[in-house]
Amino acid sequence: MVTTQATVTKRSGATIESAVRRGELPKTPTGISGLDEVTRGGLPRGRPTLVCGPAGCGKTLLALEFLVRGITEFDEPGVMVAFEESAEDLIANVASLGFDLNQFTADGQLVIDHIKVDATGTKETGEWDLDGLFLRLGAAIDKVGAKRVVIDTIETLFGAFSNTAVLRFELRRLFGWLKDRGVTTVITGERGDGTLTRYGIEEYVSDCVIVLDHRVTEQTSTRRLRILKYRGSLHGTNEYPFLIAETGISVLPITSPALLHIVSTERVSTGVARLDAMLGDGGFYKGSTVLVSGTAGTGKSTLAAHFCDATCALGDRALYFAFEESEGEILRNMASVGIDLKQWVDAGLLRFQCTRPNLLGLEAHLFAMQKLVGEFDPAVVILDPVSDLLRIATEPNVAAMLTRQVDFLKARGVTGLFTSLNSDAQANQTDHQIASLVDTWLLIETAAGNGERNRTLSLLKSRGMAHSNQIREFLLTSHGVELTDVYVGPHGVLTGSAREAQEARERSDETVRLQDLEQLRGKLARRRESVEAQTATLWRELQDEADIVGRSVSQGSTGDENRASQRVEQGRLRQADADEPEGTAPVLDGNVRSS
Amino acid sequence: MSATFLPIADEEEIWYFRLYIAGQSPKSLDALSNLRKLCERHLAGRYEIEIVDLVENPSAAQEDDVVAIPTLVRRLPLPLRKMIGDLSNTESVLVGLRLQPRATP
Repeated sequence: MVTTQATVTKRSGATIESAVRRGELPKTPTGISGLDEVTRGGLPRGRPTLVCGPAGCGKTLLALEFLVRGITEFDEPGVMVAFEESAEDLIANVASLGFDLNQFTADGQLVIDHIKVDATGTKETGEWDLDGLFLRLGAAIDKVGAKRVVIDTIETLFGAFSNTAVLRFELRRLFGWLKDRGVTTVITGERGDGTLTRYGIEEYVSDCVIVLDHRVTEQTSTRRLRILKYRGSLHGTNEYPFLIAETGISVLPITSPALLHIVSTERVSTGVARLDAMLGDGGFYKGSTVLVSGTAGTGKSTLAAHFCDATCALGDRALYFAFEESEGEILRNMASVGIDLKQWVDAGLLRFQCTRPNLLGLEAHLFAMQKLVGEFDPAVVILDPVSDLLRIATEPNVAAMLTRQVDFLKARGVTGLFTSLNSDAQANQTDHQIASLVDTWLLIETAAGNGERNRTLSLLKSRGMAHSNQIREFLLTSHGVELTDVYVGPHGVLTGSAREAQEARERSDETVRLQDLEQLRGKLARRRESVEAQTATLWRELQDEADIVGRSVSQGSTGDENRASQRVEQGRLRQADADEPEGTAPVLDGNVRSS
Repeated sequence: MSATFLPIADEEEIWYFRLYIAGQSPKSLDALSNLRKLCERHLAGRYEIEIVDLVENPSAAQEDDVVAIPTLVRRLPLPLRKMIGDLSNTESVLVGLRLQPRATP
């Protein structure tokens, strides 16, 4: 969907941009939750918009909310021309949504003009026009300075007049006149047989057409909204589910137009130290979405409880949507594995919302969840388990709904943890559809063997983190979840008692090996001692020899000196010439001179 | 069928009309002159016409739920009858008012 929109943007982006630059398409925000996002800013300002659909699809309410939001949020007074319901009925109908139309009327911000049309047909006696309507409407607009007008449902007039040619001409004139007045108008129309409206008035309202629908699938009703046409503007082209909730209409875009989530590198602890380590550096990314899938009783909820516990311990809020267990059951069950969630509930940090999935339709669930998230503003949201939603809707719908939930949570920077129950070890289709949305996917499996059933946990994926690719054994102890290494070796992957036996065997093997090593070490030491002793002997011998050599050298040089002095003495005795310079003395031996 | 509901106009009965018009528009003027002609011919001396100009008083349209112009409302005799158009189709007006043209002797 996102890709499609991106393509559209690329193709017609230039023309739209220039149109907007020229100021050709100003929009009037409706103020209706989600609708402005889908229409990219609202309805065409100063032009009529047709809202059509079958009976009971919420046309009138949408139109009225458009007026009410205009008054309360944009300071734009409005006029409601009601052909079907009386002012009293309208006021009563929307009072439950918190709209006090009487107050708006009293404050001069709203005019409700109920026109009762004689359905049996009025006698026509000549030429006529709809000036009466024009004048009434004009007066009402002038009275409050209206910027918004709703005409609900103008096709009723077709029942009153037999000359439809005149009526059509007059309606065309009416829409032109409304444009001239510069009021943003919403015209409602009931769906006809094979046509958008019963009398084809979409022909005259060509700027923007919104189609509402109300379908029942799997005994669950879903309202949908689609922008059929929006001249000169980009708009979402999908069918968007919408809800009539206690605060009005809420359109839920299937996906955010752009994937512009807040991205955080901050980690949040999973509450299980070993799992934090498996994820690389201290847990899930803040604002990421985690899927924990596994077969029944594998400890998915316990893992979720750990996460809540860790979150609340840091003083953050966690919101736990449970579709299977009540709050009391969860608190008791988690206490049995040593996780005290009650303290956080008491502290107001943890909130449970336990509902059966079939209590509400899928969209209503989504809305209720989003509303509660908006109110409670948690850091962490748990959905336990999302697979239960399959009971009330088909897989593609559940996947689409979860996509929206993921987008919603990501947009708010909330970390989401969804659990999913698999009927067997194989992940089911929904898991796969969700898996592409989530950032981290944990799989808890059970392996049966040796008369026991052991749980293993593996990380199937974890975006953006150097995570462990190893399977860990997943133990539920009296103090919560513990992860241990599984035995991986020549005997295969072992868990439970088999792993322990293997580990014991390895421990005994190790002891033997250590003893052998000790022996070797002793032997080596002894050998070293002997070598050192031998070396010392050799050194001593070498020293002795060196001493002998030294002595010999010193004796030799003393002899030379003696001989030289003897020669000098002999010369003196022979009465040699006086002053015989020493240098000229008969050289008998080189050694003499040098001495 | 018309024979069954014919309370042929009582000679003593007062007819009270209200005509909704929009200023001096041609259709409005036509309707007024057509109505006057018709009353003079069939109800001489026992009719009253109230003209409501929606240009001057648009909110007056609410009382009789008027959207089309011109609209003629017969307020008396009861029951209330309403018709639209410039009243140029005299026969249709007479039928609508249950005011049969006097039978020619």
